[in-house]
Amino acid sequence: MSRPIRDLIAVLVLAAVAVVLFFLFPTNLALLTRIVAVMLLVLSLDLVTGFAGVATLGHAALFGAGAYAAGIAAAKFGITDPLLMLAIGAVAGSVAGALSSLVILRGHGLSQLVLSIAVVQLAHEAANKLSAWTGGSDGLSGIAPSALLGMFRFDLFGRTAFIMAVVMLLLVFVILRVVVRSPFGMLCRGIKQDPTRVRAMGAPVYSTLVKMYAIAGAVAGLGGALSAIATKVVGLDSLSFNLSAEALVMLVLGGTGKLFGAMLGALVFVWFEDRISAINPFHWLTVVGVLLVAVVLFAPNGLTGAAEAIWKRLRRARS
Amino acid sequence: MTAARLEVSGLSAGYGPTRIIEEVSFVVPAGGRMALLGRNGMGKTTLLATLAGQTKRHGGTVALGDTELTALDGSGRALAGLGYVPQSRAIFKSLTVEENLFVGLKDRPKTAIEEAYAMFPRLKERRRNLGSQLSGGEQQMLSTARTILGQPAVLLLDEPLEGLAPVICEELMETFAHLAASKAMTILLVEQRIKAALDFAESVVILERGRVAWQGTPAALAAQPETVDRLLGVGH
Repeated sequence: MSRPIRDLIAVLVLAAVAVVLFFLFPTNLALLTRIVAVMLLVLSLDLVTGFAGVATLGHAALFGAGAYAAGIAAAKFGITDPLLMLAIGAVAGSVAGALSSLVILRGHGLSQLVLSIAVVQLAHEAANKLSAWTGGSDGLSGIAPSALLGMFRFDLFGRTAFIMAVVMLLLVFVILRVVVRSPFGMLCRGIKQDPTRVRAMGAPVYSTLVKMYAIAGAVAGLGGALSAIATKVVGLDSLSFNLSAEALVMLVLGGTGKLFGAMLGALVFVWFEDRISAINPFHWLTVVGVLLVAVVLFAPNGLTGAAEAIWKRLRRARS
Repeated sequence: MTAARLEVSGLSAGYGPTRIIEEVSFVVPAGGRMALLGRNGMGKTTLLATLAGQTKRHGGTVALGDTELTALDGSGRALAGLGYVPQSRAIFKSLTVEENLFVGLKDRPKTAIEEAYAMFPRLKERRRNLGSQLSGGEQQMLSTARTILGQPAVLLLDEPLEGLAPVICEELMETFAHLAASKAMTILLVEQRIKAALDFAESVVILERGRVAWQGTPAALAAQPETVDRLLGVGH
């Protein structure tokens, strides 16, 4: 089966899942939209960590940059067109990604992790201090996106937001599939495996990673802008260390370097978190912790890795 | 990029403070092919790694045509036209053959990988296989093809025949000979299989404890069996 056909099938499957969810959970569309926004953040993290091997615990800074940029554009400058807000979020995320990469990529291993944490903490503190623009710890409110394409208003049930989110996710997914399979994407994977070898081949390691960070920033920024449009508020939690760490957990849960893994990890984690916290508001974090320990112990390559292993075993047994 | 003259002058280098090669000098003319020989541990691999900018240089110069490489790092040297196929082959094992070749394209179009397939048809058959699924010979072909796709002016080959079956060795040497005959690049070959290296090369440098112990043509070396015995440890 050729790659374009496989991609088409993948998009159709994702669209079908979205349609099923839309009709199956009509009262939970706000949660599903939040899941899509988080999926974009985790996809972005997959680009830099799963494909390019950069260790980061500060990726929410890019998500938050997109969320605040879109929110400020709407609340302070009256730019309420949702597509324009998404574009502003993507650009802000991309700029934030490129700038933060200039710092983060100076380190390696543990020092890289520490630098990434410093970046997200600085961004968090800056957003807190710039309360005239960001609303500080109260959050940025007054975001009122206008009707999508001038026709579809953002309704109380979140139908418009969810459909827009799904369409955007599918577009991003297709674009990222092209990116990760391009010579540029292969170069990133080569850098992840052996940066010394890539350098010896005359390929630029640093600037390639900065470019990948800029692309990843655009994706995370889109997620942030989507979150701002859907919830009409932006809080400091959108660029917190906590969200960064959770995104990494979601990526590990789904499986790194696969794109699908990022989406699956976000879906399972956020959905599970929501359900368990509703069932047991006092001990849900314990249950989530046990789940993660189980996944890391029994499916170290994440849920997609485990699914691939089972699929291969079945095929071998059949042949 | 067209073939360039490689000039090494008084080169001393090693790992950290340890000096492995001392005052090495030689010239390979543009489009020429030289074999770098010597017994195990005499500094051949270190010399190639030094030319590729991967060790600590203690003195001397390296020039590629009119371009002085001495101050450049490994990446700069590769960009200047030095292609290095290391002994370890250094392929990306979790990428497919085709994806490995993409990494070597630099800014060339994707279609350029057909050149690699024309050179090594076996790679085309295995293009969807992961690097980890290739035999030693196929890995060598892939590593070589990936480097050549970058169109280097000088190609450094470090023991490309190591551990390979005779039939694969022949196939590889035929490709190297074809490349050399095209004069598209200057080739410096390090090889333990002395006959194959001498059949291939126009000139020979033998290293002994990191220094140049002998330089000349393969015919001149063949006429000195005692030199072959003394420096390479093999009878004629």
